[in-house]
Amino acid sequence: MTHPLVAMRARPHPASAPSAVATLAWRAMLKIKHVPFQLFDVTVMPIMFTLLFTYIFGGALAGSPREYIQYLLPGVLVQTIIFITVYTGMGLNTDIHKGLYDRFRSLPMWQPAPLLGALAGDLFRYSVASALILIMGLILGFRPQGGAVGVLLAVVLVMVFCFALSWCWIIIGMLVRTPESVMTTSFVFLMPLTFASNIFVDLKTMPGWLQEVVGRNPVTHLANASRGLMHGQPVGAEVAWVLAASAVVVIAASPVAMRMYRKER
Amino acid sequence: MTDAIETHGLAKRFGDTRALDGVDLRIRQGSVFGLLGPNGAGKTTTIRILATLLRPDAGTAMVLGHDVVRDARKVREKVSLTGQYASVDEDLTGHENLVLMGRLLGLSWRGAGARATELLEAFGLADAAGRQVQTYSGGMRRRIDIAASLVAIPEILFLDEPTTGLDPRSRSQVWELVRRIAAEGTTVLLTTQYLDEADRLAERLAVIDHGRVIAEGTSRDLKASVGSSALHLRLASADQRARAQELVSRVLGEAILPGSDPMSVTARLASPAQAAAVLAALTEDRVELAEFSVGNPSLDEVFFALTGRATETENSEGKP
Repeated sequence: MTHPLVAMRARPHPASAPSAVATLAWRAMLKIKHVPFQLFDVTVMPIMFTLLFTYIFGGALAGSPREYIQYLLPGVLVQTIIFITVYTGMGLNTDIHKGLYDRFRSLPMWQPAPLLGALAGDLFRYSVASALILIMGLILGFRPQGGAVGVLLAVVLVMVFCFALSWCWIIIGMLVRTPESVMTTSFVFLMPLTFASNIFVDLKTMPGWLQEVVGRNPVTHLANASRGLMHGQPVGAEVAWVLAASAVVVIAASPVAMRMYRKER
Repeated sequence: MTDAIETHGLAKRFGDTRALDGVDLRIRQGSVFGLLGPNGAGKTTTIRILATLLRPDAGTAMVLGHDVVRDARKVREKVSLTGQYASVDEDLTGHENLVLMGRLLGLSWRGAGARATELLEAFGLADAAGRQVQTYSGGMRRRIDIAASLVAIPEILFLDEPTTGLDPRSRSQVWELVRRIAAEGTTVLLTTQYLDEADRLAERLAVIDHGRVIAEGTSRDLKASVGSSALHLRLASADQRARAQELVSRVLGEAILPGSDPMSVTARLASPAQAAAVLAALTEDRVELAEFSVGNPSLDEVFFALTGRATETENSEGKP
């Protein structure tokens, strides 16, 4: 231990905002590398959902599994990615309780960088899950009429929506005590949000009053838009609705999240 | 030269608890300053305010001439904080953690990598560089945590209870590091519950209790108020405690310190030589002893000397 501690006398200029975000996204990647188990839910859950729903409900709901998967797959993509968004809040909660965010907050860097870095890392996770679901679907007979471009646009749209949704879990992540309660709290919202939607069954098969409710669910709009884009149908209005809703959520939730983040604990 | 830290009437309350109740501190640059106090005294709150993580409810705090509320960013550019809990990413390796800090502080990838290697070397962690921090021992974690605060050398380093929970060997390693950091010109403000730690490291210290500074000065000043050492007696039987206390106070004057253990008596000594007189008196009176020792005064004893009462946290855990 003879090395001098001071190799640099002058402190460098703190990282620029984009560079700080990129560095923190790199950290998220490293975590996936060191804890590959993090990807377990992301990989196993969508495969399981697709298989189960296609073969259990397929015959009853659409005549055959092959026909049903054309309807189901874009929806399963929506559901899976929405579920994964909860990890954003859980990761943040862990960092806060381990004291890591104290260190980040005492650094002279752009304050939103840790949150945006984590979100950027999550987008990678969403991409992995999306790719897996699509490959799985193609094997099971999913044939998107909208082609690669349609599929890609659908995935991007889902990611935009999930990016917005993550801000809500960030808020919850800062409100509750443990990562487990982040999970529980989020699922209280997520379960009705995803199941009371038209991800699994067509709106027309539901009773009138339920159609009213389900029709207003943002996830229904997202599922419609994603289905339409993948199958090459005109869904401009739905896409616009989802983009607008995402923008509203980001505009409303991100300042709240930032204020809470900067606030003392 | 501007003071490293200057606070006036710093106050902070959490709900009904008054964590800080008017803290005044002046710490000059280039020193190691110790903040000594029991759990819940307000040490961590003070450090968190100075590191811009908390806003005071009242009072002002200047760090190197910058107000911690109004010029928070300027303060952050000059200080580093190592909190009570390892504030590094346990999933990442030691090297990755330091590179992360280096990048966030504005080093290039190459520069951050080189700095990480250099620090791991200097902190005796080179062999563990490629291992995830969660596999580190308590002492190694503490070191990587302090290293993370030194990626860019700060002008002030805040260390919150740097040795709590460490084994004796790791403690002395951390002490050695603190001395070296200070020797290279960084002002260190550390909190501790241990008088011997403050004594070994800090040139000056402040004793804090119930959110107030109750004493400030050099360690020698403080010791003078407590007596240079403490006498600990452990009796063979509790029946003789009253008799033993009487004898001790006859020899030493008003020096008995309170304790909740019916088997023991603790007293302040002006000099270790007084111990012999006490021992002679006890032997003559046939008070049977299980243990007789002379040691450094503990924080408990400093507290008693300063406040006339024992530390509450210690007492609640005391033996019946």
